[in-house]
Amino acid sequence: MKFVQLKRGLRAGALAASVLATGMAGAPYAMAQAKTSVQLGAIEVLSGPNAKYGVSIKSGFDLALSEINAAGGVLGAPLAIHYEDSAGNKDQAVNAVRKLIGADKVSLILGPTLSGEMFAAGPVANAQKIPIVGTSTTANGITALGNYVFRTSLPESDVVPVTLKAARDKLGVKKVAVMYGNDDAFTKSGYDVMKAALTKLGIETLTTETFGGKDTDFSAQLTKIKAMNPDAIVVSALVQAGAGIMLEKKALGFSDKVRIIGGNGLNSPKIGEIAGAAANGTLVGSPWFVGKQDAANVKFVGAYKAKYNAEPDQFAAQAYDTLFIVAKAITAAGAADPQKIRDALVNVKYSGVLGPSAFTADRNPADTSGVVVLEMEDGKFAPLK
Amino acid sequence: MLGQQLLNGVVLGAVYALFALGFTLIFGVLGVINLTYGFYFSAGAFLALYFTQGLGISMMLALLLAGIVTGGIAVILDGLLLTPLRRAKAPELASLMVTLGATLFLYSLMSAYFGTDIRRLPPKVFTNVGFNWLGLHIETSQLLILVTMVVIVSGLGWLTQRTRMGLAIRALAENGTAAQLAGINAGAVTRIVSFLSGGIGGLAGVLIGMNYNAIEPYMGEQMMLKGFAVVIMGGLGNIRGALVAGLMLGVLETLTAGYIGSSLKDAVGFGLAVLTLWVRPVGLFGRATIKRA
Repeated sequence: MKFVQLKRGLRAGALAASVLATGMAGAPYAMAQAKTSVQLGAIEVLSGPNAKYGVSIKSGFDLALSEINAAGGVLGAPLAIHYEDSAGNKDQAVNAVRKLIGADKVSLILGPTLSGEMFAAGPVANAQKIPIVGTSTTANGITALGNYVFRTSLPESDVVPVTLKAARDKLGVKKVAVMYGNDDAFTKSGYDVMKAALTKLGIETLTTETFGGKDTDFSAQLTKIKAMNPDAIVVSALVQAGAGIMLEKKALGFSDKVRIIGGNGLNSPKIGEIAGAAANGTLVGSPWFVGKQDAANVKFVGAYKAKYNAEPDQFAAQAYDTLFIVAKAITAAGAADPQKIRDALVNVKYSGVLGPSAFTADRNPADTSGVVVLEMEDGKFAPLK
Repeated sequence: MLGQQLLNGVVLGAVYALFALGFTLIFGVLGVINLTYGFYFSAGAFLALYFTQGLGISMMLALLLAGIVTGGIAVILDGLLLTPLRRAKAPELASLMVTLGATLFLYSLMSAYFGTDIRRLPPKVFTNVGFNWLGLHIETSQLLILVTMVVIVSGLGWLTQRTRMGLAIRALAENGTAAQLAGINAGAVTRIVSFLSGGIGGLAGVLIGMNYNAIEPYMGEQMMLKGFAVVIMGGLGNIRGALVAGLMLGVLETLTAGYIGSSLKDAVGFGLAVLTLWVRPVGLFGRATIKRA
């Protein structure tokens, strides 16, 4: 086993060195940036395995940015976003915060993409009193990091209960088995939320099983669960493990009536691509749905398709709304001053593609009325009837 | 339920054993820890994906072809990376370092080229069909894994014990210098062993990718950890050991998850590896070698 550890150690070393190198290389260039416009920073996963989230978010920001600047910008000047790539790495996210604040002198930071990154980067921005606004961070406890940490993404603790309530009321789910990835902060936090919501809704938990996020074999857990005959399986997992569970569930001959109920991690069309028909019936809650028919959403989806030649996902939608919320707060603050923007953000009210939004006293999104429960049908999510 | 759990365990064990066979072969015969083995696993799966999707070849033929091509890649990589070290009589650690660097490079190359998105075999190429028998459930891909494992184990057993080639392989494993003095072409035997182990790694990648329907560049790296545990338990270079240890690990992990708690599943596997090292450092089937100065 010595060799494996050695290998890991070397890797960590190489990573640290590369992070150091990017951190240092970025600084001189930024000094030359013009200061006439209002400067924002954005830290997203733009490369590596989770890049699809970050790229969607950037597309959402860029679309909103072009619309805001076409309409005259904020405070009479155009808005500018400095993008930093965190590559899904906490250290890189922390360095990006330092660079954006120290070198680029930004007034506010958007991102980072992943909850794990926010737990590392949020406190750094907070200590320097620069507001940092997550658009996709849904884990528990994000805004507890400090008074300058905001998020516009509904936390799992708001979305999961809506999903489970729909399963109970519309599908008669009374007893469930729970499965969660126990080696990942996000899937573990999702499990805590599910557990609390199940108790509150009076749904019985027959058994709780765990797995590793990189596991491929779930037959032991699912064989055990099948023998207990649950109405549904509540799963906190990311796409890969989630799809594996669906395939194995079908292979073991579960009835189609036993659905998978997931958190935000399973809210991805990838699930259908990988698991195929085995994904049918999967339920997830989502703050947004591409087919929402209100005027704001139809306009957004149309503009997005025209610009990127692809359908937006929830991450793009959240980012799109967030930039408008931030722009509104800067206008209300009357200056590109971080403290004034922070104080204005707390009170800003906005209605966009996600529905009405405002912040609670602890800087979480206040309104859950936009949550839609979706059901997987032939590889695509559609609203649950 | 016990029957199904045992079957789950045997299938998982066969997956481990299949992966470990090629790995232990390199260990035992060539005496190097070749970390590029995990890459062969990923490469095999991607090749099968390309053969079936890109070239429209049937799944079974693609399986064979992927094994053969991966074997060829293994021969080339061994020639590029390890032959110069052998010539220079470099210490064992050097091969570890070189193959570590090479795998990191190869994995990065693969993810840069293919991306890290999970890919799947399209349903028209391969769809798992389930069979029910006496209340037990098994899938086509699982049967294929079991059959392939039996074929490879018996094939390797026959090759190493019954053929002249096998004699040469065993001689090289026993003592490289003596084997060469006895007229064995060490270079040729090394290439054959590299081909075999690379081919087995590639086949394992295709079968396991088929079974879990998830193919991504780093899939080999995740198997390496369990592969190490199996090879340690079975004894370095021991084919029978890899088979028994793989099956044992699979069954124990499944029973732990099914009857004790799924959070202890991995602890059992690696705990066993540590225990083996304590009690029998040469592995369950390993033979202690006495080195005289």
